[in-house]
Amino acid sequence: MTSPLEQKKIRITGPSMVTANRTWDGAVVYRTARQGWSTELADSAIVTTSDEARALLAEATADDVGAVGPYIAPVELKDGGKVKPGNLREHIRAKGVTIDLQVPA
Amino acid sequence: MYAYDELDRTLINERVSEFRDQVKRRLSGELTEDEFKILRLQNGVYLQLHAYMFRVAIPYGTLSSKQLRRLAHVARRYDRGYGHFTTRQNIQFNWIKLAELPDALADLAEVGIHAMQTSGNNMRNVTSDQWAGVAPGEIEDPRIWSELIRQHTTLHPEFSFLPRKFKIAITAAEHDRAAIKIHDIGLRLHKNADGETGFEVLVGGGLGRTPFIAKTIKPFVSGRDILSYIEAILRVYNQYGRRDNIYKARIKILVHELGIEKFAKEVEEEWKAMGDVGLTLDHAAIEEVRSRFSYPAYEKLPHMPDELKQAAHDPLFERWRKNSVSAHKVQGYSIVTLSLKPVGGPPGDATAEQMDAVADLADKYSFGEIRVGHEQNLALPHVAKRDLPQLFKALDRLGLATPNVNLVTDIIACPGLDYCSLANARSIPIAQELTRRFANHDTADLIGRLHINISGCINACGHHHVGHIGILGVEKNGEEFYQITIGGRADENAQLGTLIGPAVPYAEVADVIEDIVEAYLALRDRPEELFVDTVKRLGVEPIRERVYATR
Repeated sequence: MTSPLEQKKIRITGPSMVTANRTWDGAVVYRTARQGWSTELADSAIVTTSDEARALLAEATADDVGAVGPYIAPVELKDGGKVKPGNLREHIRAKGVTIDLQVPA
Repeated sequence: MYAYDELDRTLINERVSEFRDQVKRRLSGELTEDEFKILRLQNGVYLQLHAYMFRVAIPYGTLSSKQLRRLAHVARRYDRGYGHFTTRQNIQFNWIKLAELPDALADLAEVGIHAMQTSGNNMRNVTSDQWAGVAPGEIEDPRIWSELIRQHTTLHPEFSFLPRKFKIAITAAEHDRAAIKIHDIGLRLHKNADGETGFEVLVGGGLGRTPFIAKTIKPFVSGRDILSYIEAILRVYNQYGRRDNIYKARIKILVHELGIEKFAKEVEEEWKAMGDVGLTLDHAAIEEVRSRFSYPAYEKLPHMPDELKQAAHDPLFERWRKNSVSAHKVQGYSIVTLSLKPVGGPPGDATAEQMDAVADLADKYSFGEIRVGHEQNLALPHVAKRDLPQLFKALDRLGLATPNVNLVTDIIACPGLDYCSLANARSIPIAQELTRRFANHDTADLIGRLHINISGCINACGHHHVGHIGILGVEKNGEEFYQITIGGRADENAQLGTLIGPAVPYAEVADVIEDIVEAYLALRDRPEELFVDTVKRLGVEPIRERVYATR
């Protein structure tokens, strides 16, 4: 569980979601509104207040078997309700590395 | 090569069984992540941006062809077909599934490879010169001592819960290829006036948030006493090292705060107080380990075989030979460095196909042996000179003959924000862009030896502080910026680089580096003066003026 002290520190300044890595394989996952995890950012529960963010994080943190290291991250809401990662780190987590790996197909 | 005995094999196999049980309990929920984290870290398993990252040790940078093929197998079977060689003679796999990790470990254990102590606050993989045992003029093979230290420190309870991680590097050559001065303990093998082999012991080196070059704590410690002396250092560190603040927990902080004289005095007193604790290495113990290292049955070969004379007419071969082939201690043989820095490629990455092919080439041309250097390149340590032309052709087909070793495109880079959860900025795309800017080998030759090191955060896995040009990624208001230092070096004259100016945004880094190189070319007093020597002679200011005048 996120400690009460840490929960108090949580402040969001825009639309956010909770993300983590799936325990069995480490895949990037997003907390959904149905209290589960999805590998699609579009499925993530979007919160817009700090109280909502704290509650979503607490609920996600309680699922220690499902996913590891949940945290709150910003998103951008585009026209039509499309959800985009809110920073470069989350963009890389959602879309993969930004480099040409030169790995043979 | 070093031959593991039954004790080693049992230890590794038991560790796999133990970890298999721990993973099973984690996946069932019996262990929480908090409980499991320390256990996975003790087995080289991190959690990164996209997946678990699995770091495997390559002790003193020596691999057999069989072991390299097994690493290729792990890349192919459990990962995405490639691995990343690190700055500490490890290999990392970036896409491992926790549920499959015990199987991967078991496959590696079959060929004597493990991941113990590649993470966590313990004694890490002991590193050494990748040319150990074959470098001309070497005092003796430093891997014997690396192995003795490895055996003593592996799973040693006193060293398993240190204030922070602890790294040892050993060199036995005049030119330091193991970067011993940026390690917690650096050991330089040499002989004293009586002809006895021992070590100059340096302590307190390290990079990261607070970089320091290691200082000599004792000019000569006899080989037979090295384990007890290291133990005395570790005891002083264990007693006084800070555990309350992760940023002040490394031994370099303790050495800095106490001062090297006081620290040395504490170690000396501890060493004397320890008395005989059974750590003195007698001749038989040293020879036992020495006997487990096998060396090739070299042929008596000419210094300049006909094959080499004929191939000298091929300019591509000659360029590669002059750049990537180095002198061997045995006449007729060479050490061949395999560049893992192709133009536009991620530094230090190798595909499973490349690993398999290098293993085959090692069998054919290098007595089945491969080396891994901290510069993130591979080496074949025993290549007969007559075989160099054929080897070149094979390496060229594999993309492993880029003639850029020690040149501007031989860039050391950490995984950066593309993979690492600690990073603030990307490293690899910066390196890739720089290799494209300096892709012309004539230009790179003209510039000469120039080491660029890139880290994506202050933890400095890319050793940016000691790059001739160092690039450090930082984050400013959500954007990637890069601080640039010049004049650092990691060899026997190690020193930290100096900041050249304000941080620059991602898109401008390659331009600034080009300007720095142009300034150097204009300012050097002769073509042979290396970049780092020009900076030493002139200081940072003349280069700063030229680079930042129009910015």
